[in-house]
Amino acid sequence: MISDQDKHWFYRSSSLPKLWMIQVFILVIALVPEFVLHHHPHFQENGVLVDATFGFTAWYGFLSCAAMVIAAKILGIFLKRKDSYYDE
Amino acid sequence: MEFNFPPGLILVLGAIALPFLKGKIQQALIVLLPVMTLVLVWWIPNDYTLVLSFLDYQLSPVNSTPTGRLFASIFCIMTFAGGIYAMGQAKILELTAAYVYAGSAIGVTFCGDLISLFIFWEIMALGSTMVLWAAGSQSAYRASFRYLMIHLLGGVVLMAGIILHVHTTGSTDFTAMQPDNLASILILVGFLVNAGAPPLSAWIADAYPEASPSGMVFLSAFTTKTAVYALLVGFPGATILIYIGLYMVFYGIIYALLENDMRRILAYSIVNQVGFMVCAIGIGTELALNGAAAHAFAHIIYKALLLMSAGSVLMMTGKRKCTDLGGLFQSMPQTAINGIIGALAISSFPFTSGFVTKSLETAAAASQGMVAVWFLLIAASAGVFLHAGIKFPWFVFFQKDSGQRPPDPPGNMRFSMWGFSFLCIAIGLFPGPLYRLLPYPVEYQPYTASHLVTQFQLLLFAGFAFFVMLPLMKRTLTISLDFDWFYRRFLHIFAKEFTVKTSNTHIRIEHAIHQRIERFIKRLYRHHGPHGILARTWPSGGMVLWVAIMLAGILLTSALL
Repeated sequence: MISDQDKHWFYRSSSLPKLWMIQVFILVIALVPEFVLHHHPHFQENGVLVDATFGFTAWYGFLSCAAMVIAAKILGIFLKRKDSYYDE
Repeated sequence: MEFNFPPGLILVLGAIALPFLKGKIQQALIVLLPVMTLVLVWWIPNDYTLVLSFLDYQLSPVNSTPTGRLFASIFCIMTFAGGIYAMGQAKILELTAAYVYAGSAIGVTFCGDLISLFIFWEIMALGSTMVLWAAGSQSAYRASFRYLMIHLLGGVVLMAGIILHVHTTGSTDFTAMQPDNLASILILVGFLVNAGAPPLSAWIADAYPEASPSGMVFLSAFTTKTAVYALLVGFPGATILIYIGLYMVFYGIIYALLENDMRRILAYSIVNQVGFMVCAIGIGTELALNGAAAHAFAHIIYKALLLMSAGSVLMMTGKRKCTDLGGLFQSMPQTAINGIIGALAISSFPFTSGFVTKSLETAAAASQGMVAVWFLLIAASAGVFLHAGIKFPWFVFFQKDSGQRPPDPPGNMRFSMWGFSFLCIAIGLFPGPLYRLLPYPVEYQPYTASHLVTQFQLLLFAGFAFFVMLPLMKRTLTISLDFDWFYRRFLHIFAKEFTVKTSNTHIRIEHAIHQRIERFIKRLYRHHGPHGILARTWPSGGMVLWVAIMLAGILLTSALL
């Protein structure tokens, strides 16, 4: 077993919280412009205004990705086979 | 001036010379052929058409259009970079096949009529099959046959459509159609098979990842994008394409999320990307068609870049499953950086080529008031980052440390990767030149504050979702069932069952015939055999007796008379 100090910085167990911190920091930065910037809704005439609400693309991106991961997980129950399935 | 030489033929004919050359001359030709083709593509003036008479039909194998030139140009650039990437690694069979394949793809983009289009279309199928075959493994050989079967099927449907179309309209011209009659529906289906549309999408992930490292780089570029070109010219605004495109977009994401093989992840991602283009072609406005063309152009570059990166990993480690990889950024930094640039570009990160091209397509959906389509495309854009943009670099270059420390690949492969990385960023920073090549005038500004901010948010939070849900995405040694199950398993079992049943019947019939013949021979034997009544030896003693009796009879009668 390699000691923690010999590992690349990226793999040290002490780095993990830092990596998460950096990520959260970037996410917060990405949301800052929402306070000054006003988005124009794409479908005003259709009565759809949700895409101009605060941080729309942020939560929409997060939720749609979560939905896709879960959808894949569920479909995987039925579709996944051992990777030697076709080999015989 | 007469231009009676289709530019694609430079590559096709030049490729045939490749196996007969050696060393430096061969290498020079590999580099020069795509350059010469590109020069001819731009030498032929816009709207030039060469008309030839063949039997009763008008053929125009050299027909220069802005859309065709755009696709031909990126095909030349792709062949050039692919040729350099493959040099020294790929078998000469693979390179020859790849150049014939690329040349015929360029041939398609310069066809003004359906008959010459069909001829180039079929050469493309054969060329790409040979590229796959050249990988040399048993699995590649089998995959190449499945691949060829699908493409011959698509080709037959296309041919039937073309014949019917020429028969009913009397024209061979390849122009915009609507899928409202059998002929154009068959043509559309023929094109869609090559685009990787449902239900046959599985051929892409089944075949391409079996190719050699450089083979898949070539394969990823031409077949599906030629289909995009054909749809763009032949079926702009066909509404059905919107739905087919949306299906492909999400099919690609879901299957890529389930996949463990790094090059199969990227293969599913081709279906996803082509789905965006097909959807835009279905929307059919000038903005949408510009978007599809620009996206195809940018896509060829970053997808090839991703596959060059994956190919380098495959070549240096001999491994292709995410479960066997990880931690490679430490010893393959250049491959990792180029892979990441490709991943950012495919995810449409600002300042990359994806950002300035794919956004034309979503903008087209918005400007047409297609609410559902727009929301789905935005979700899918986040999904691209999820399944390709992070998943590929994360599992290959980071995740757990696999302990492998292979070096970066040879110089020519690194050169191709850096070249394409440069193009990904250059197009992203300066979209003007690409916009000017598009089929219609562009009045679109990708760099607005709102677009930049929303795109950053979308992608960064998609990335956040990836890391939060990482435990759900633990890699497993699995594949996912798809439509190819029907021809790889179901039909296989069916055929086996059929063989058993037919061979049983065969045995029974044979047995019955055998018995009948045997009985016939026995009967013959009984009558005519050595002990048969008709074959008994008549003893000579008996003969003598009869002769004596006859003699006695004669004597008696003569004595009495």
